[in-house]
Amino acid sequence: MSLPNARVPIERLVVVPRRQYGLWIGTALALLVLFLVVKALATNPAFGWSIAGGYLFHPSILRGLGQTLILTVTIMIASIVIGGIIAIMRLSPSRILNAFASAYIWFFRGAPALIQLIFWFNLSLVVREISITLPLLGTIFSVKTNDFMTPFVSAVIALSLHEAGYMAEIIRAGIKSVPSGQTEAAGSLGMSHRTILRRITMPQAMRFIVPPTGNETINLLKMTSLVTFIAVDDLLYAAQAIYARTFETIPLLIVVAFWYLSVVTVLSVAQHFIEKYYGRSDLHQTQAENGFFRRAFLWRREVAGT
Amino acid sequence: MTTKSENQTLFGVPADSMVFARQVRKSFGSTEVLKGIDLNVPTGSVACIIGPSGSGKSTFLRCINHLEEVNGGVLLVDGEFIGYDYRNGKLYAVKDSLLCKRRADIGMVFQSFNLFSHMTALENLIEAPMVVKGVSRKEACEAALALLERVGLAEKANAYPRQLSGGQQQRVAIARALAMKPKVLLFDEPTSALDPELVGEVLVVMRNLAQSGMTMVVVTHEIGFAREVGDQLIFMDQGVVAEQGDPREMIANPQSPRTRDFLSRVL
Repeated sequence: MSLPNARVPIERLVVVPRRQYGLWIGTALALLVLFLVVKALATNPAFGWSIAGGYLFHPSILRGLGQTLILTVTIMIASIVIGGIIAIMRLSPSRILNAFASAYIWFFRGAPALIQLIFWFNLSLVVREISITLPLLGTIFSVKTNDFMTPFVSAVIALSLHEAGYMAEIIRAGIKSVPSGQTEAAGSLGMSHRTILRRITMPQAMRFIVPPTGNETINLLKMTSLVTFIAVDDLLYAAQAIYARTFETIPLLIVVAFWYLSVVTVLSVAQHFIEKYYGRSDLHQTQAENGFFRRAFLWRREVAGT
Repeated sequence: MTTKSENQTLFGVPADSMVFARQVRKSFGSTEVLKGIDLNVPTGSVACIIGPSGSGKSTFLRCINHLEEVNGGVLLVDGEFIGYDYRNGKLYAVKDSLLCKRRADIGMVFQSFNLFSHMTALENLIEAPMVVKGVSRKEACEAALALLERVGLAEKANAYPRQLSGGQQQRVAIARALAMKPKVLLFDEPTSALDPELVGEVLVVMRNLAQSGMTMVVVTHEIGFAREVGDQLIFMDQGVVAEQGDPREMIANPQSPRTRDFLSRVL
């Protein structure tokens, strides 16, 4: 480059941005793909959008959706409870408890959900009768396995045990993420093991437990569609029942996908707010005070004289 | 279970003793970190423990409130065992609830503050009085605000630990320990994690506490503090008390060569 022989007028210097050809081509391709997909979805009559719209609020679809939601909530609650117990066992100083918990996680997380589901549904092949027999009192409770293991009960048991394997690891990781100094400080103030877990460890562990638990809930919501295999009348089963009759397969799958996506959207929003609540001590003070959840929970943290 | 006066006769504890240790031993695996510690801290006095790292001073402090279990010897606070009951020549480990009740009387301040990070300063102070002692929220808050005032942090009552400087966090931690109205306060290197310019504000709070008559056991590297505030100085090295005595005399004229060597390196 030759040396400039005249002074450059600095105030009129122009900055020329670099040409990002790759970015432009990528954007153009993405738009093209989007256009083709939308065009295919809109113009191909096989998708049957108007038929799908007609089935969106069909009574048996809504009943199926209800069943799917009940299954998801029941299984999630059960798996958090079982998972919590397994997690605490894994953290216990007793080697036996620890090994038991490890074996639980190894088996129930490792075996495919569908196989566990079919196994519990067919439990009567292994055990004919479920009964409780006490010494002196004799048999106080007895039921035929086939009467007890309805499709719904088998689904709840199988998927809860399976999901609990994942939840146990999530909860354990959360508890372990809390520094040991927190437990020591609480202990030195005279708090018992249980109080420390409830008041000090768990609230802090929640920040690490909530995001993966949200993922698990979304996963589980979709995993419940496996129960169609054992004839639980969930959302997918309801749709299958209709298209088996009318052969409107694709429109009904669209209906099913629509409802799953809607519930997932609601769950994601809920997760966002729960995360914000448990992460409030990370925020700067003013942000924390303006937070929606903090205000919602303000009644709990009202403080005299402040 | 033995009473306080029975313990005093049985183990030869002086009447005014707050912390009493005789032949305290502690091992981690095959490593013996405490090899027979003898110590008496009279009520209302300040004992400062100094020594090189790895000498066992923090371990000894943690034995006092039973964060670590001792492997031998006796350790009594206000004439009582913390983690045990003495019966028929044996020490029986007590159940969790009783241990908690006794621990509540022993305050502890940690090197890394250990404030509950999900709670504001005020919530840190009221938590233990409420859940351990069953004090009402209103009463606990009033006491807590008075304590925060005392450590000069009343305006930070609603701040979370993350929003406070190290020195402020440690002052809140001291206030939190005081909220339980302890008989004795243990300090585990309270200023070691602080920036040099923040050490002073914590030492001021500690000095005021000492002047108010609080019994304190302080593991520290602040020789100046030990000299001004301490009633006795304990120099620990390799799991034993190498020298103990009046802080001013000991610092000016150490008897043991190990003390002399250590002081020459830290002063």
